[in-house]
Amino acid sequence: MKNLSELSPLVMKPVTRLELIKYAGASGDYNPIHTIDEEAKEAGLKGVIAHGMLTMAKVSRLISPFLEQGFIKSFSTRFTGMVYVDDVITITPELVKVVDSEYYYQISAVNQKGETVVKSKIIFQLFK
Amino acid sequence: MLYKKFIGKTSNPVLNTLERGAIKKFAESIGDKNPLFIDEEFGNSSSFNENIVPPTYTQTLDYGEIEGLIVPSKGLIHGEQIFEYSRPLKVGEKIKCYTIVENFYEKEGRNGTLSFLSRNKIGEDLEDNHLFKITEVLIITEAVRKVMEV
Repeated sequence: MKNLSELSPLVMKPVTRLELIKYAGASGDYNPIHTIDEEAKEAGLKGVIAHGMLTMAKVSRLISPFLEQGFIKSFSTRFTGMVYVDDVITITPELVKVVDSEYYYQISAVNQKGETVVKSKIIFQLFK
Repeated sequence: MLYKKFIGKTSNPVLNTLERGAIKKFAESIGDKNPLFIDEEFGNSSSFNENIVPPTYTQTLDYGEIEGLIVPSKGLIHGEQIFEYSRPLKVGEKIKCYTIVENFYEKEGRNGTLSFLSRNKIGEDLEDNHLFKITEVLIITEAVRKVMEV
């Protein structure tokens, strides 16, 4: 039985350029700072950065194995840092409280330098 | 105030279908091979009797345009994103989507004035029942704003 009280951290594979191109195509977000180096540099970045929404989608993978037991009622994210190609992102959940059938999580995504790139909150509600 | 006059303005609703192929492509692009999203047989034998939709997929739907609101394609910072759902969404569902300008405000930052544009994206079923609300906060730096105002 999968356990909502003891979610394990997820260590993502290093971010690849191809991944960003695929996400651009699948999401329709073609902002060139995610795919073209020259455009990213013109915007003051050291290279292409991952879509914030891609990192947010990766955070949702923590809960993905439980989607037959309930649903994500609320999922909020603050984007606090840039994610570059080759970055290794670790997503760490913390169960804050359980109220009735709702699980409240605080989640952080941190890069290999220990910098927080995303802070999220999820409320997962079990089906009655 | 750049976008102040747009607060409360809405787009005309757009009918979207939650398409199997698009959802499969999306799930693969985020590296989530949950069979509940992509395996048709698995979906049919689940308690939903259908595949369901990854929680952030709704961001990619068409919410229509707000007349006169032009948001620059470059230089914006995505500050915050919130999804609030009433229930899970199934593949194949038809959803009415529209967007509202929720707020526009400014704050003094270390590198000049930052402008914040928050928009809601709303999904309803064909009987007008509320399904979800997305809140998206975009940050416009002073440098980008100067270019826009030229």
